[in-house]
Amino acid sequence: MVLDAIDRQIIQATQAGLPLVAEPYLAVANQLGLSEQEVLHRMADMLEAGVIRRIAAVPNHYKLGYRFNGMTVWDVDDQQVDRLGQQVAELPFVSHCYQRPRYLPEWPYNLFAMVHGKTEQDAERQVAIIAALLGANARQHSVLYSSKILKKTGLRITG
Amino acid sequence: MLSSLHKQLLNNYQQDFPLSPTPYLDIAEQLGVTEDEVLAAFQVLSEQQMISRIGPVIAPNKVGSSALVAMAVPEVELPRVAEQISRYSEVNHNYERENRFNLWFVLIANDERHLQAVIEDIEQQTGFNAMLLPMLADYYINLGFELNLND
Repeated sequence: MVLDAIDRQIIQATQAGLPLVAEPYLAVANQLGLSEQEVLHRMADMLEAGVIRRIAAVPNHYKLGYRFNGMTVWDVDDQQVDRLGQQVAELPFVSHCYQRPRYLPEWPYNLFAMVHGKTEQDAERQVAIIAALLGANARQHSVLYSSKILKKTGLRITG
Repeated sequence: MLSSLHKQLLNNYQQDFPLSPTPYLDIAEQLGVTEDEVLAAFQVLSEQQMISRIGPVIAPNKVGSSALVAMAVPEVELPRVAEQISRYSEVNHNYERENRFNLWFVLIANDERHLQAVIEDIEQQTGFNAMLLPMLADYYINLGFELNLND
């Protein structure tokens, strides 16, 4: 799907959140000088094409008590990474799971999975479950807890 | 404390918030409450920052170009560097993490060239190298994160 200027305007107007009013898509349409139908149709098309992944009330894990946000990183065989990544992503406590490039020698990890626990033990239990699932396929791993949130906004695009 | 309506709103609408003229009325009908009750409950969740927003979640790299970036910064320089980086409008998540690579942030730019330009600018401004870790594959499963809201 190729996005046109109007699609991008809709994304820009909604990515930080819809207004909390009874007819939010109408409010966005009015702001952009479009009809409500056009906003709804274009968002449906972007949803269908996967540009919009989902429309959500996005929970703030931290405020809901999930204070231990761990970025777990694993060094697995590149031939196996897709199969293993799918399996890790299916675990109910994993919110994101990505393959990323290594930077040898100082960064050997190619599989990233985010876990969220209410306590450090919770998070460690989750790491242990991933470790058991990957078994000998994981040559080494590390867990990077966040000690401070310095800035957090949703995905933003600019003009 | 969270009411059962708050909990339902938190757990049930992480995926399929209605794309219809009256989404809150749709939710009210699904849950057997009034539209005003749904709006008021979301207002509370929003004010207390238990939800960060209600709206579309854009897939990474479908619009513009993004990458995770890590930097290894000496402890004493960290506040200055973190502050410099958070100031860029292209930076959204910026976390301090416990590792030699202790500063982690996500850069979102309009295209690859813009992304590279911002990285170079950040390296120059801060005086530290940036390790660029773009996403190669996204193992995304279409399931909500299950929140335990009972304790």
